[in-house]
Amino acid sequence: MKDLLTIDQLGADGINEIMKAADSFAEVCQRPVPKVPALRGRTVASMFFEDSTRTRTSFETAARRLSADTLNFSAASSSVNKGESLRDTVETIEAMGVDAIIVRHRSSGAPQQIAKWASASVINAGDGWHAHPTQALLDVYTIRQEGRSFEGLRIAIVGDIRHSRVARSNIEAFSALGAEVTVVAPPTLLPPHVDALGAKVSHDIDAVLAETDVLYLLRMQRERMDQALVPSLGEYHRAFGLTPNRASRLADNALIMHPGPMNRGVEISPEVTDDPRVRVLNQVTNGVIVRMAVLYLVLSSAAAERSAS
Amino acid sequence: MVDAHMRSDSNAETATSSNPIGRSSGRFVARTQVLSVDDVARATRRMAHEIIERNHGLDRVVLIGMERGGVPIAEALAKALLDIEGIDVPLGSVDVSFYRDDIGTARIVPEVTRISFPVEQAHVVLCDDVLFTGRTVRAALDAVTDFGRPSTIQLAVMVDRGHRELPIRPDYVGKNLPTSRGESVNVSLDGVALGTMVHDEENIAE
Repeated sequence: MKDLLTIDQLGADGINEIMKAADSFAEVCQRPVPKVPALRGRTVASMFFEDSTRTRTSFETAARRLSADTLNFSAASSSVNKGESLRDTVETIEAMGVDAIIVRHRSSGAPQQIAKWASASVINAGDGWHAHPTQALLDVYTIRQEGRSFEGLRIAIVGDIRHSRVARSNIEAFSALGAEVTVVAPPTLLPPHVDALGAKVSHDIDAVLAETDVLYLLRMQRERMDQALVPSLGEYHRAFGLTPNRASRLADNALIMHPGPMNRGVEISPEVTDDPRVRVLNQVTNGVIVRMAVLYLVLSSAAAERSAS
Repeated sequence: MVDAHMRSDSNAETATSSNPIGRSSGRFVARTQVLSVDDVARATRRMAHEIIERNHGLDRVVLIGMERGGVPIAEALAKALLDIEGIDVPLGSVDVSFYRDDIGTARIVPEVTRISFPVEQAHVVLCDDVLFTGRTVRAALDAVTDFGRPSTIQLAVMVDRGHRELPIRPDYVGKNLPTSRGESVNVSLDGVALGTMVHDEENIAE
């Protein structure tokens, strides 16, 4: 595994291997000095062509806890604005001697393309509407941490499925582990070939609440509102938002998850964000742990492949 | 620990050799039985007495087994200490994967380190099955000192097979066993055997 680009490349075994390694890093993160020398001397570059403070900070924290050096390339302040091509940018960064490149890009497939050019490991931190594998892995870890088995677990993903790389990667991961995934959205927010997702489809959140073990809310992107896909954010909240009334119909041991940042009053009512079933901060903590595992496994197997050849 | 029986030191320590395949490859073929199950029990008991003698009792003594082969050794020593002195010493385990100087020569999914007691001011007895190059012990010293500053760190091994590459020596030894580098030692609580690792075709092809 030189690169981590999608969940599909991992399969259930690959996911489980990362989960097992993450258990070790969870222990490291609880120590008084939460740092190990595992990646000392390695350099991890983050290349974010699309803004994301959370994901970038999470990856950089993970890299530092492994003693790697970090190098931050943000497109806003770079020569990309001067017309430099993606390939030139990647080659320039790589020439500085980096071992891993973490890529966030607005275009689907950009990390795959970069992985072909670069000899460094490439980790996809979100590309277009396509994939966000480390988000799916941290979500799997968060559910697994509750001692829940995925076999037959009923997971409902609610919101803008159509434009969501989180939805795609999470469906792949949850399904690979044996969960029953239902996507819940108005028809305008579902992709054209919805059957290809491998999930059940519902347009009615009220119909699925009682049979849901994990309720996964997606962020409604306000920037989509000008495309008239939903009448208004208030209307969306009434039809699909997690209100106190809907929360009361979820099982006591159900989990409420959200990739963040939450739009209070849109996908979730402000009162519900404090519900004890909400796992949003666990997701953030686990993000660092799982990204440590990914960086460690990707970089150690890249080195193993080099020494074997 | 099911695989304690199948484990051999060459799994843990050949990362320094040219074998890139990793920990789980190969199959141990025994040639000579060196210690029987009773011999191992007697050696464990003797080492437990030595630990008590050296530390003037068990005040502040803690045991830390090195994953994976050292963990059953540490458990057996803890049980022997309990039998002899009636004291249940704190028992932990450490995985040294993150502290090795050869990351990447083998793809290893680490075990969870479990040190749930303070090591500050403690007399830490590191336990392993086989002492070979000393590189794993070197890594374990770094790992343990990340948890605090022990008064002393001591080393207990069931077998010392020689071939040290670092200035490291054991404090408690079950059996000194001269070996050649190509040989393997298989240690479990059921006995100690000398033999060789055989790499099956499909493992080499990986």
